[in-house]
Amino acid sequence: MIPETDILRIDQPELTASERLYLPQIVEGMKTTLRHLGKNLFKNTFTVQYPEQKRDLRLQNYRGVHRLNRDEQGRVACVACYMCSTACPAHCIHIEASESPWPDREKYPAKFDIDELRCIYCGMCEEACPVDAIELTPQFDLVGRTREEMILDKEELLAVFDQTAAMKPRKNPHVTGYAGTGSRSQEPPAGVSAQ
Amino acid sequence: MRDFMTSQFGVSAVLAFVVLIVLLGVVAYCIYFERKISAWIQDRCGPNRVGPWGLLQPIADGIKFLVKEDVVPNHVDKPLFIFAPAAIFLTAFIGFAAIPWGGQLELDGRLVDIQVANPDIGLLYILGVGSMSVYGAVLGGWASNNKYSLYGAIRATAQMLSYEIPMGLCILVVVLTMGTLRLEEITLQQTGYWAEWIPQWNVFLHPLAFAILFITALAESNRTPFDLSEAEQELVGGYHTEYSALKFGMFFLAEYAHMITASAFIAVLFLGGWHLPGVPWTQPEATQWYAVLAKIGVLSTKIILFLFVMMWIRWTLPRLRFDQLMRLAWKGLIPITLALFVLAAALLFFDLQRSPLLALSGNLAILVVALIAASSSRLRVTGRQVNLPTIATTTDFVRVGRVETPL
Repeated sequence: MIPETDILRIDQPELTASERLYLPQIVEGMKTTLRHLGKNLFKNTFTVQYPEQKRDLRLQNYRGVHRLNRDEQGRVACVACYMCSTACPAHCIHIEASESPWPDREKYPAKFDIDELRCIYCGMCEEACPVDAIELTPQFDLVGRTREEMILDKEELLAVFDQTAAMKPRKNPHVTGYAGTGSRSQEPPAGVSAQ
Repeated sequence: MRDFMTSQFGVSAVLAFVVLIVLLGVVAYCIYFERKISAWIQDRCGPNRVGPWGLLQPIADGIKFLVKEDVVPNHVDKPLFIFAPAAIFLTAFIGFAAIPWGGQLELDGRLVDIQVANPDIGLLYILGVGSMSVYGAVLGGWASNNKYSLYGAIRATAQMLSYEIPMGLCILVVVLTMGTLRLEEITLQQTGYWAEWIPQWNVFLHPLAFAILFITALAESNRTPFDLSEAEQELVGGYHTEYSALKFGMFFLAEYAHMITASAFIAVLFLGGWHLPGVPWTQPEATQWYAVLAKIGVLSTKIILFLFVMMWIRWTLPRLRFDQLMRLAWKGLIPITLALFVLAAALLFFDLQRSPLLALSGNLAILVVALIAASSSRLRVTGRQVNLPTIATTTDFVRVGRVETPL
């Protein structure tokens, strides 16, 4: 049994005479649609004609296709720490680490595959990366004919960086790797500003 | 040969062919403008990819309809399934035969009617052909062997039956006033003037009948707000759910053809057909070829105006519920049109059927009475009849603070 205090009684509002007729309401509606029609007849201000026009994307925030950044020497910036693939909620990043051929870090990715069809473009990988090596780009029109084509490997991800580096430069270019210490709180190299 | 071509029969044959071809094109472009107008009303652009301003879109649509797979499901009644689109297409297009397009044309010293057929019962012919269009919907819905389609067909039948009564009564008002069923004659009788400049169009005699005829025309051609028989949200697609490719295209084109017939019909009955006051080319005496073209242009303009208003209404008003639809016909339109009919009959009895002041004041009085009656009606918003037992009131559903568990 529901106590009377829990019951909220609502009465249907009584219609006025003009509302019961419906006719004034119909006229109002027709006026509204005619106004929109007249406004859009000559100029539509809302629609972006996509292939010809493109929206201004927020370059720093847009979460599109991933890229693997290069450092100043053109090497892959990734240190194969698996942070991104651990953070990934869609399990779409597959890394195979191997010993780095360069003296400033221990590991580098021998393979780095992202399944762009599994990815949900949440940006968690970008946030997890300790060296800012993986980033999402404003590129959104990725297409392919097969599922295999939509799995981007390391070279393809580096190619995305080459395409988008001018439009969206790397956030922290001075962060190159652990340099054997495991710390990233080192001073930037000479000649590279902190910005 | 020349003698044959300039005879009424030859002109009618040519005209039938030309009207059919032109109308097929016009109907296709109706769909284009329907899409454009809906887009503008909803702040969109509409089709603009095929050709300049998307003007070639109907051709692309036509090719698409032609090359699509024409599915005939296994469970349908095959002969009827194939016959239904043909039936609705045919009935939608033969109505044009009796429309007087452009008065008379002088050819080799003879006067021929710019009209495929000029029967004595032109008005009854259009009315009869128009009511036959429900056959296509009913046969399509029945042959599809699909419950949703059948529901659409049943709704279409009930709706047509109900709205044909006020439509017929409105037309009777015109017939009583004009004293003829011949459409060309009805147009001719509207070419006179009151006070030297007001054309004697029937809309100035019986504006209420004109408005109601327009409303019933919307219902007869299954247009919003009376498109219950193809209510996508309830019936998947209504009576043409199972149709695809060109068969669906024929249903689609027939709807627009029906709109054009209804518009032409109302224009002839109430707006003087091809007559435009003050333009000498659109007077009955002008029988040159350019005058005929001008008359066709005037009638087409009136039809286009009606089509625009129909599209405008479609993208503004929501669909009526079925009981509202029936209530509007039986408790609203039929009493009003009956009163109009009595008014027209009384004016005819006293031989005053062409008196604008009496007819107008009678229309106004009926309108005022109807408005007062409608606005004082105390029916609930839900439309539920007051004399039926209550199923539940709003308070039975609104409970705050706890979820009721079933006993």
